[in-house]
Amino acid sequence: MARIGVFVCHCGENIGRTVDCARVAQALGELPGVAHAADYKYMCSDPGQALVKQAIVEKKLDGVVVAACSPHMHEKTFRRTVSSAGLNPFLCEMANIREHCSWIHEDCEAATVKATDLARFMIEKVKHNVPLQPIRIPITRRALVIGAGISGIQAALDIADGGRDVVLVEKEPSIGGHMSQLSETFPTLDCSQCILTPRMVEVYQHPRIKLYSYSEVDAVEGYIGSFTVRIRRKARSVDESKCNGCGECQKVCPNRKIPSEFDVGLGKRSAIYVPFPQAVPNIPVIDRENCALYKGRARGAKKQACGRCAEACGRQAIDYDQQDSFVTEKVGAIIVATGYQLYSIGKQQEAENLKGYGEYGYGRIPDVIDGLQFERLASASGPTSGKILRPSDGKEPKTIAFLQCIGSRDPAKGMEYCSKICCMYVAKHTMLYHHKVHDGKAVVFYMDIRAAGKGYDEFARRAIEESHALYLRGRVSKMYREGDVIKVFGVDTLSGEPVVIDADMVVLATAMRPQPGIEALAQKLSISYDGHGFINEAHPKLRPVETNTAGVFVAGACQSPRDIPDSVAMASATASKVLGLFSAEELEREPLVAHIDPALCVGCFHCERVCAYGAIEHKEIRDKNDNLIKIVAEVNSGVCQGCGTCQATCPSKADELEGFTDQQIYAEINAF
Amino acid sequence: MSSTTTSTITAKAAQGFEPRIMAFVCNWCTYTGADLAGTSRLHMAHNVRIVRLPCTGRIDPLFIIKAFERGADGVIVSGCHPADCHYSVGNYHARRRFAIGRGLLKFFGIDERRLTFSWVSASEGKKWADVVNETTARIQGLGAFDAFRNLTEDWK
Amino acid sequence: MKIGFFPGCSLHGTGKEYGESLQAITVPLGIELAEIRDWACCGATSAHATNHLLGIALPARTLAQAEEEKHGEVLAPCAACYSRLAAARDEIAHDPTLAQRVNGILGKPFANSVAVLNIVDLLVKMAPVIKQKTTHPLTGMKVASYYGCLLVRPPKVTNCAEFESPQVMEEVVRATGATPVEWPKKLDCCGGGFSLSRSASVVRLGREILENARSAGADVLLVACPMCQSNLDMRQQAMSRRSTKPFDMPILYITQLVGMALGCDSKSLGLGRHFVSTAPATKFMAAASTPAAHTNQPTATKEA
Repeated sequence: MARIGVFVCHCGENIGRTVDCARVAQALGELPGVAHAADYKYMCSDPGQALVKQAIVEKKLDGVVVAACSPHMHEKTFRRTVSSAGLNPFLCEMANIREHCSWIHEDCEAATVKATDLARFMIEKVKHNVPLQPIRIPITRRALVIGAGISGIQAALDIADGGRDVVLVEKEPSIGGHMSQLSETFPTLDCSQCILTPRMVEVYQHPRIKLYSYSEVDAVEGYIGSFTVRIRRKARSVDESKCNGCGECQKVCPNRKIPSEFDVGLGKRSAIYVPFPQAVPNIPVIDRENCALYKGRARGAKKQACGRCAEACGRQAIDYDQQDSFVTEKVGAIIVATGYQLYSIGKQQEAENLKGYGEYGYGRIPDVIDGLQFERLASASGPTSGKILRPSDGKEPKTIAFLQCIGSRDPAKGMEYCSKICCMYVAKHTMLYHHKVHDGKAVVFYMDIRAAGKGYDEFARRAIEESHALYLRGRVSKMYREGDVIKVFGVDTLSGEPVVIDADMVVLATAMRPQPGIEALAQKLSISYDGHGFINEAHPKLRPVETNTAGVFVAGACQSPRDIPDSVAMASATASKVLGLFSAEELEREPLVAHIDPALCVGCFHCERVCAYGAIEHKEIRDKNDNLIKIVAEVNSGVCQGCGTCQATCPSKADELEGFTDQQIYAEINAF
Repeated sequence: MSSTTTSTITAKAAQGFEPRIMAFVCNWCTYTGADLAGTSRLHMAHNVRIVRLPCTGRIDPLFIIKAFERGADGVIVSGCHPADCHYSVGNYHARRRFAIGRGLLKFFGIDERRLTFSWVSASEGKKWADVVNETTARIQGLGAFDAFRNLTEDWK
Repeated sequence: MKIGFFPGCSLHGTGKEYGESLQAITVPLGIELAEIRDWACCGATSAHATNHLLGIALPARTLAQAEEEKHGEVLAPCAACYSRLAAARDEIAHDPTLAQRVNGILGKPFANSVAVLNIVDLLVKMAPVIKQKTTHPLTGMKVASYYGCLLVRPPKVTNCAEFESPQVMEEVVRATGATPVEWPKKLDCCGGGFSLSRSASVVRLGREILENARSAGADVLLVACPMCQSNLDMRQQAMSRRSTKPFDMPILYITQLVGMALGCDSKSLGLGRHFVSTAPATKFMAAASTPAAHTNQPTATKEA
């Protein structure tokens, strides 16, 4: 016979006003298997908890039901209480007679009957509860950071400085991300590279950071505390251990006319190249698409078409036959910081719902550029050494039209969301332009000026008041080249007049979008993403840097458009989450997971098909002679989240979800 | 809940029939939504008894049959809205099972109207109260479900 | 391929050559146009400007007739007709109350099942056939495609993907062997129905369009709307007056261009009905003509 203890709480007047708690306790006390029943004014108070503990010890209880508030409120409290009295915490259940009873009913009689019912269900359930032990998962105290832009760099440095090893993966030849391309940053106008480069060097030299540049995450297995990550190291054609970054190879490369990705097509690079002078690591890579030697090979030429870089290399670091290689790393936590790309203004769109802005002539009119290209023009290390010169003829533009919200806030053709940073960087561009071309006129077409942030609105005002940028509230319908100028047809909605601007150059502030390939990466990590491809956080307010997969965190612009300060703050937040996770050697979690009885399992694997977490594994059952008898399903309790869908699906009833077994639920129903 | 529904319920209650309704709800959305109804002090019919499950995906259609067998006059199944499942897809599995399970109800001779299937999120305390009241009113209209009970009597 | 055909008033009037050239190209392209019996005015301009319900019910009446005749699609070559038919179809589809009212007015069942096509929709679908059947490739002819306002807008009605920078007419132009030129004013307004009431504005707007097309290097301007055609053709002389130099820009219907490439004779294409000589266009046709090319040998006579 079970020995259940029932404790009915008055919650002051909250329950006691409508539920006759004493009567409930008395009625329950008479049920078979109930060894103790009591009511008390505040069960969660110290004396209330003492009553529970005392009864467990004195009456040798083997199960406890607390009829009080919602288990979401105090289940943990009472499970701790029974645990401290020596009873397994999972032998304690709560009946919710406050939120689900006393607070929603006025009729005292009906409420008392209902409260008794609810407690009775739990008494029957708890009779079938079994002691459970928390699941302990060992933690590999090493983190993987995917993406080495400012977010990834910040997260990696914070974790490494906190004393834990970091594996940092960057798909480009150099770390630094988009921030390394920027000229100055808002709202302080400090030089982007000046503040970023020291960080990049620090990453490279940090004893706790292992950097894989020009590499991508190929496959991810495992779960929180124990991920196995396969990393593809793309063939650089340069041996990293031999190269000393002297740059001789680039000087002799015959193909020097390749549009530079780093300069967004405004500058040129050679086929063997480092993206920019401050690149980390300062090791070149051969662009095989454009290299004469590889093009020769692709044609099937018998003679080697080129080989000058290998000849020029004093350290024999050039390896034309290098192949992609793979490394496997074990980590306990993963931070996704893959950043953004700019919305493609031209006709080519990678998503069906995006239409592009053919009417702006981007790609046809050379002097129509995007925001990142303007950054390169304004950057001291850029193709024009910081002079604002237009791409078509190298003349200094005297009028520049800046168009905001290109692709943003435009559900008809682009994305409905606001890209958040454009208002600020356009204000910055007008200032940089004014500083460099004093008689230049900046005209900004805007929808709203969204400058929320510390010092942001002041900054935008300065663009208008001190740099004399002309802000016109309205959009541009089209533009085309006429002679030497670009005719920009827009509207000033505040005066209601159409305006035509003869601009020498046009800068389009294009929307931020997540990096291409983010969906594939998210699927590898089992994390979700929204319709635009931005990674979803676990909770928009309370868990902003976690994802719905335990142990995977998200930082920076791959979660939503954000600027540098926000990205850095978010990166540090992920680092603190990871360091918190790594503060213990083992991870403890509630044992409310599914188990499969191998004796009953017929190996149909319906459970595997319905499991959203990939927690079902295949297990071979062999006899003593090692002959295979059958293959059954087994739950990886580290991965299982305890939804119970597999149990409801199991045709042979081999599957049981701890805490919600068939026995427990049928006991509740039978008590009806 | 609208005042008209309240008065109908009170009127029906006065006639004497108080249905017994069992609700299978998920822990994350509807149970929390019902908690919210409590914290918001939304008064509702007292005929529903909630069984908490982690997810509607955990619901075996036999739970519902069993509840009717044990004397329930009505059953509510409620979970997270589509695409909002705490476990990503559990409610989709529940929905599919429910689509097929309806036929099972018919086979057992249970009027489909005795079963309510709804999505109630953690923020929809009001909606939960409405579901409870509407279901109670509907079952009151249908009267007691005694087919199984009579059968048990026969067997005695 | 059989398709419902709604000629509208202009194909019998100011746009006679539009209708003629359309009929001419149907033969080589294998299109059978089945004119909808007892069609009514589309209600363009006047009806929908005065009474919204009338503006919907008039085209709905024609659509209902097409439905009764079991047409899946109706071709409305005039851009204004197309716009009215498509707008009525869209509004009825999205407004059940309106649908009910319109049904009441029509007095017969109407399921709104007929799709509405404009000429460009049709020709762009036929572009591979045009390319294949072209006997007189218009090599070297530079064509500025002029869409005007009604062919692509409003996008929710026309479902045009690139309504700010469409490329569909250009695709048809390429199929004929001619070269499309990219020019910015292809969506500008020609003045439309204000041709008589505010002709000065129409002349100004048209001049800007023609100047822009000329500076883009166009030999001809291509239209798919009788209103655009008449404005730009009929008033071209007036437009020349304030221009740097007089215009000599043939305003061709897209059907005429296709017909030229297919080797139809200029009479059947109505090339002689224009105010501005079509000679700058027909010379490309003459250049392309080869003796055994087509039974319908172009006469190459300048009728203008």
